[in-house]
Amino acid sequence: MAMQAVEIESLIKEAFPTANVIIEDLRGDGDHYAATVVASEFAGKNRVQQHQMVYAALKGRMGGELHALALTTKTPE
Amino acid sequence: MTNPAHEAIKADIDANDVVLFMKGTSTMPQCGFSSTVASILNYMEVPYKDVNVLADEGVRNGIKEFSDWPTIPQLYVKGEFVGGCDIIKEMVLSGELDTTFENGGVAFNKAASDKIREQNA
Repeated sequence: MAMQAVEIESLIKEAFPTANVIIEDLRGDGDHYAATVVASEFAGKNRVQQHQMVYAALKGRMGGELHALALTTKTPE
Repeated sequence: MTNPAHEAIKADIDANDVVLFMKGTSTMPQCGFSSTVASILNYMEVPYKDVNVLADEGVRNGIKEFSDWPTIPQLYVKGEFVGGCDIIKEMVLSGELDTTFENGGVAFNKAASDKIREQNA
């Protein structure tokens, strides 16, 4: 079961309302995405913690119906 | 910890400085993401233990809970979870992976990691 890019974006936005979220469908197959999330909530967290926060926002879909999501997390400049 | 898979995972990361939980083996990876991380470690000549999660369903699910991380591969250095494929790629390019190995007293080929950075600059 693939996920739509808008669905991924809305789940992330739900957890990080002020974040800048960019989703890219890498192969156009609805199964391999890249996401860049720029959120102030990441401040003071290491990379592993930042990614865990995004995975939590995806509510268990990562590694399940969402097979591949290359993730880049940043704090706003 | 009552989950036997968690105990097996703990034993592996306690007994080995560098452990890569992956799909397939270091010489025969069976997933692109696992292959990427294994290639980086192989190229940097880092000694590591490869744990093929496809060979053990308990470990395959257990490692996800153990690390609170939903995907494979997963790299551990000196008992600490370092990251999955995206993080390891970022870290090798930024030089942080070198620092992680240096701080952990793990031998690696510095010239090789410099070359990865040169070629991806």
